[in-house]
Amino acid sequence: MLHFYKPTPSRWGFMLLLAGLAWTRTACAQDDLLTQLESQETKPTKTELVDATFKSTRLISGHTVQTPGQGTMVFLISHRFGTLNSGAYNFFGLDQATLRLGFEYGLTDRLTAGVGRSSLEKTFDGFLKYKALRQTTGLHAMPVSVTLFASSALNSLKYSDTYEHTLPRRLAYTYQALIARKFSSDLSLQLMPTLVHSNLVATAQEHNDVYALGFGGRQKLTKRTSLNAEYYYLLPAGKPTGVRNALALGVDLETGGHVFQLHVTNSQGMIEKFFVSGTRGNFFNGDLYFGFNVNRNFTIRPKQGFRK
Amino acid sequence: MKPIYCWPLLVLWLLCVPKAHAQKYLTRDGVVTFFSTSILEDIEARTEQVAALVDLNSNQVAFTIPIKSFQFKRTLMQEHFNENYMESGRFPKSSFSGRILDLNMEALQKGGSQRVTVEGDITIHGVTKHVQVPGALELQKGSLLVHAYFSVAPADYNIEIPLLVRENIAKIVGIRLALSCEPIAQLSLTK
Repeated sequence: MLHFYKPTPSRWGFMLLLAGLAWTRTACAQDDLLTQLESQETKPTKTELVDATFKSTRLISGHTVQTPGQGTMVFLISHRFGTLNSGAYNFFGLDQATLRLGFEYGLTDRLTAGVGRSSLEKTFDGFLKYKALRQTTGLHAMPVSVTLFASSALNSLKYSDTYEHTLPRRLAYTYQALIARKFSSDLSLQLMPTLVHSNLVATAQEHNDVYALGFGGRQKLTKRTSLNAEYYYLLPAGKPTGVRNALALGVDLETGGHVFQLHVTNSQGMIEKFFVSGTRGNFFNGDLYFGFNVNRNFTIRPKQGFRK
Repeated sequence: MKPIYCWPLLVLWLLCVPKAHAQKYLTRDGVVTFFSTSILEDIEARTEQVAALVDLNSNQVAFTIPIKSFQFKRTLMQEHFNENYMESGRFPKSSFSGRILDLNMEALQKGGSQRVTVEGDITIHGVTKHVQVPGALELQKGSLLVHAYFSVAPADYNIEIPLLVRENIAKIVGIRLALSCEPIAQLSLTK
């Protein structure tokens, strides 16, 4: 018997409230579970690393902010032919070539050690590279990646002059800060303040320290190809006579575990000592060296938690 | 009845109902692994950041996976996965939303694992497909265990694999899902 439950105005209100609640509850239950799940996620709590600013550890001749990652070794074959304007007799430079072979290994995700040997001046080089800052998005967003780079190069040429080429006199050092930002998935730009210190220079007038400001970047053409450019502007103070700013243009082609980089540049060497403080070619006069880098990645130590 | 009397009732009602209907289960650290086996190379990746919601009242299931959270054995594989294949900048998440078709609540509450079929929409790389996948449910110590193993074909989701590496990546990729969801009160969800 429901006659005692005679709706009074306040009862009506209560029932309406109940009905309203019941309605919202059923509406909720029928609501898409996925939207509920997504509304559950507190969005900006995670900081995400921006990865793959460049395809390779090299932009063209110089380094990028990229490091191979822990346990990965990169085998790098770099090649520069002779100048294009050397004429048909030299097959437009293809008769002549300089080579650098290099290995770099990711000790951690941020720290890399590398060694190399260039045929130019029979130079051995070794370097350390450390990712000091990594570009991130999300809660604690970091606008740029900064990688610190230090290398030394040893000229091992036999000498015939009377001057004694002791070990310290054969050494040159490079210090670089690589500052890059990936603006979009296609465009990344990099700034490279550089110092090259040579223990020995040709004349008393020349400076041991050469300062340069490098600019570079890549623009992706497709998912696996990109257009790269690199320019090192030598600061007037300490600029060696007859040395030009290095300019290079190139294309990156990526396949599974390889990156092929093809380029033209006015510098013959492939380490900082040569291309920052020793570029003599005039880009617009046709003193162009055609060259390539081949990068091959090997995983020496797989990440933890994976078999084999 | 004066409104003042309604409130205790209302509060009582609000407290009781969610308890009786604590049939929603949530996790934020579910595990998804996937495998691609080919003659040349085995590829395996894993994430422990899957968010999932299971409603045993309405038999609904939903989960989302942040693509960038997948960890690979090789750094370069992970980079290629995000950059070239999944384009995780553009499509940061994969999701599933569907229904359990043949849930037997009584059997589930008795214990033991129960095989079910789940039907719904799976979204990968921005492409949504309607799929039916087998799975297993189990109630254990109050939490709901969800297991599923199914496969997807990258080609179905516009994931383009270049000719050069076509031999390295399987046509069919196996996906394993393991979730341990905790019960939640409905109110805390809609709050």
